[in-house]
Amino acid sequence: MVPFNILVAVCLIYVCLLFLVAFAAERRAERGRAGWLRSPIIYTLSLSIYCTAWTFYGAVGYAARSGLEFVTIYLGPTLVLVGWWLLLRKLVRIGQAQRVTSIADLISSRYGKSNLLGVIVTVIAVVGATPYIALQLQSVTLSFGVFASGTPEGWALPDQSATALWVAGGLTLFTILFGTRNLDANERHHGVVMAIALEAVVKLVALLAVGVFVVWGVADGVGDVMARIDASSIADWPLVPGRWIGLTFVSSAAVLTLPRMFQVMVVENSDERHLATASWAFPLYLMLMSLFVLPIAVVGLSVLPEGANPDLFVLTLPLAEGQGKLAMLAFLGGFSSATSMVIVAAIALATMVSNHIVTPLWLSLRAGGARAPGDVRGLVLMSRRVSIGAILALGYSYYHLSGGSAALAAIGLISFVGVAQILPAMIGGIFWRGATAVGAAMGLVTGFLVWLYALYLPSFGAGGLLSEAILRDGPAGIGWLRPQALFGIDSLDPLLHALFWSISLNTGVFVAGSLLSFPSPVERMQGLAFVNAFEHDPGARGWSRGGAEAEDLLTMSQGILGAEEAQRFFQAEAAAQGTAGYLPETTPEFIERLERRLAGAVGTATAHAMIAQFAVGAAVSAQDLMAVASEAQQILEYSTQLEAKSEELARTARQLQEANEKLKDLSVQKDTFLSQISHELRTPMTSIRAFSEILMDPDLPGALQQKYAEVIHEETIRLTRLLDDLLDLSVLENRKVQLSVKVANLHDLLNKAVQAASNTRPERSFSIRREFSAEHMPVITDTDRLVQVFINLVSNARKYCDAERPELTIAARRRGGRIIVDFIDNGSGIPKASQRLIFEKFSRLTDTARAGGAGLGLAICREIMANLGGTIAYLPGQGGAAFRVSVPVRPEVAAEGEAA
Amino acid sequence: MTRRVLLIEDEPHIAEAIRYLLVRDGWAVASHGEGRSALEVIRREAPDVVVLDVILPGRSGYEILEELRADPDLTSLPVLVLSARGQSSDRALAEGAGASRFIAKPFANAEILAALRQMAGA
Repeated sequence: MVPFNILVAVCLIYVCLLFLVAFAAERRAERGRAGWLRSPIIYTLSLSIYCTAWTFYGAVGYAARSGLEFVTIYLGPTLVLVGWWLLLRKLVRIGQAQRVTSIADLISSRYGKSNLLGVIVTVIAVVGATPYIALQLQSVTLSFGVFASGTPEGWALPDQSATALWVAGGLTLFTILFGTRNLDANERHHGVVMAIALEAVVKLVALLAVGVFVVWGVADGVGDVMARIDASSIADWPLVPGRWIGLTFVSSAAVLTLPRMFQVMVVENSDERHLATASWAFPLYLMLMSLFVLPIAVVGLSVLPEGANPDLFVLTLPLAEGQGKLAMLAFLGGFSSATSMVIVAAIALATMVSNHIVTPLWLSLRAGGARAPGDVRGLVLMSRRVSIGAILALGYSYYHLSGGSAALAAIGLISFVGVAQILPAMIGGIFWRGATAVGAAMGLVTGFLVWLYALYLPSFGAGGLLSEAILRDGPAGIGWLRPQALFGIDSLDPLLHALFWSISLNTGVFVAGSLLSFPSPVERMQGLAFVNAFEHDPGARGWSRGGAEAEDLLTMSQGILGAEEAQRFFQAEAAAQGTAGYLPETTPEFIERLERRLAGAVGTATAHAMIAQFAVGAAVSAQDLMAVASEAQQILEYSTQLEAKSEELARTARQLQEANEKLKDLSVQKDTFLSQISHELRTPMTSIRAFSEILMDPDLPGALQQKYAEVIHEETIRLTRLLDDLLDLSVLENRKVQLSVKVANLHDLLNKAVQAASNTRPERSFSIRREFSAEHMPVITDTDRLVQVFINLVSNARKYCDAERPELTIAARRRGGRIIVDFIDNGSGIPKASQRLIFEKFSRLTDTARAGGAGLGLAICREIMANLGGTIAYLPGQGGAAFRVSVPVRPEVAAEGEAA
Repeated sequence: MTRRVLLIEDEPHIAEAIRYLLVRDGWAVASHGEGRSALEVIRREAPDVVVLDVILPGRSGYEILEELRADPDLTSLPVLVLSARGQSSDRALAEGAGASRFIAKPFANAEILAALRQMAGA
């Protein structure tokens, strides 16, 4: 027999081994060599925390009491895993995309980051899991007890409560050490996962070893066992289809909604593809775990004395056969099952309690406490540790208070039904965009209360938490409210009864609540992200796809107008169209009205751009616009300080309006330009048309014929020049000019310009003063373009100089790498106010349009000089009109000048 | 009795074409080439009809027209506005300022003649 001290020693050694494994895994992961730690096999083994002590020991007991029905507990998870691409894949995808930390976080995040929902789910999870943790403590304690009672020397059975307390304390320490070492953004715990994977192997090996021993050591092989099964009462158990379906449903639901399962399956998942492996490997694991359940049960019933607890056959059979070491292994298997469940459950629950209850509470209690992020991290870690302690303390108290009663044996399934209440909100959340927070909260609370009333409270037995009278006659004698026969249905077994009512009322209220309530904008965004989880790969969003348009427009509008305002507008529009619901048809009229409405807030140009994204489905990322809208809208949503919010919004609106003004200015400039061109073209065309018609008159005297033909000719040239100038200017402005760079003497270039400008009208006496000797210097540039500028300046002087004896002085000199040429006349110059305007297009200053140009000359000069790397500027204070042209001697100098 | 027209137009070629048309049609034609003193010239010449260009050096045709309409003696003087901008908005602008007729450049000679004959007859 195994002395108690050795048993404790083995346990301690085993726990130390787990510590070492967890520690080594953490170290490996920290060094970035997580490699095989993230293998699909480790992932699958970590899922085995589904098999707790309840399944390790309890399955045999279950089989001994109810026959094959225990299989349903394995059937549910098998179905879920085999059909992984249907549900699990989406959950894992969403979990990773949204950085979900727990099942409470998933539900809260889906429904508009509602903390209320987080709290509800956390409460359900804690209430459901506490008895379950107590159950694990009980099983460990009981298994210790088995060894104690079996010893002939009768070592004193230590106080059971004390054993449970030690176990709870040890688990708390382990969980805190490896579950809260740091705050990982992804909430992954490599060490813990590694340790529970090892425990998964231990429990499987232990159960298989006991099974093999029972079949071939106690019985005489497979044939004998089959015969014994046929002969036993187990074979007589009828299959009740209702219970089978119900229990399979509950176990499928539980595998999805149990916080610890969600933790290992979704949160700890590092690669979606692991699901593909787990889809066959985990059912295989479950099958192996259940392989010897019936043989152990049957052989145990026949070999062990009447009244032996079938829940402990796994231990008592080897002990009865004198196999101390095998019993020890079985003990470790049960120990592993219990500890791995408690550790992961505690981590998952602590995350939920800390994130959804403790931290928000703590932050709101210290009002105005804007602390540094580092402090919050410390706070979160501390609250996690405290939560882990609290959860294990709760489990221990539950165990202690219930006195390890028989009620605990049934608690596994009861707990499953409890957490299954999360299922409607979860499934609805990831498949139905219409699901709302109000619906989810109402459904969850309804299901939870029905579960409490119809299953949980009655589970303590008549006279426990509910009086016998209530159980028999209903509260205050109202028959249809009897906890186990709600609405008069008393033919179902209590578990199925509670399951049926809690889930159907939960689902019904959830759907009705969702249909009747209006989701907040954040909810809409999240709903979209969850339901379309697979379509949200970066850059692959299809906003313009049919049907979704009105929703998308609403979401965007809410960001700009505010939720209420936008919803009112949309509802009014829908009503006007006679459309049921709150989303109008996206007719062109509606879109136009919406655009105007938005324009009131952000200006027309922006509003149009935003609408166009949705109406046309442009290539530019609609996601970005949504992000902008959502940010603005989150400000609306979350800011409790109204003033800060409106200030922020006003600033945004102001910025958008400024941008809009700029666009309008640009648009006005463009219109003005087009209008000026139109004017400049129409004027010569008017003369041409009028005189052509006059020339058609056969009676027109010959002299006039000649004169008018000349006018037409002249105006045609004016038109051509205008068109040339416009084209020239457009090319220059776009910097698309092909420069033909040549070497030339500045003197020659000036000669050319003066010569060309001399035929400019009006023909009047005009003298030019130059100092030839200063002009002889080389220049390397596009000489034709430079001459064009010179011609313009000389002929401008000829045209506009108003002196009695007009005179133009041209002075050239070299300064550094540049050549400076000044053109100064002796007229009255350009008024100060106009000096800045003269280089703009169509800025003709003179009254007489007879100057011949369209007012593009200086604009062209400015663009040419910019293209040549030089400048042209008006020189004030020189008496007459004075212009300075500065051009680099070589093109490279221009580049250097710009770089400097 | 000879009908008298005053041309206010800064483009000499256009003024010359209109003058030729009207003289041949039997009108007495006076013309003026800028905006600032246009109103004085109108009062001095007291024409039966005015042809007014919109874009004039010194002062725009619309400004001249508005001031003219504010003068009780000139409220009913027929004014033909000639504009090198022919959009409907320009027409509305001219009519708002008090134009009796609006013709966009380039025009058909017959169009101008018919309009002026009708305005002087009315």
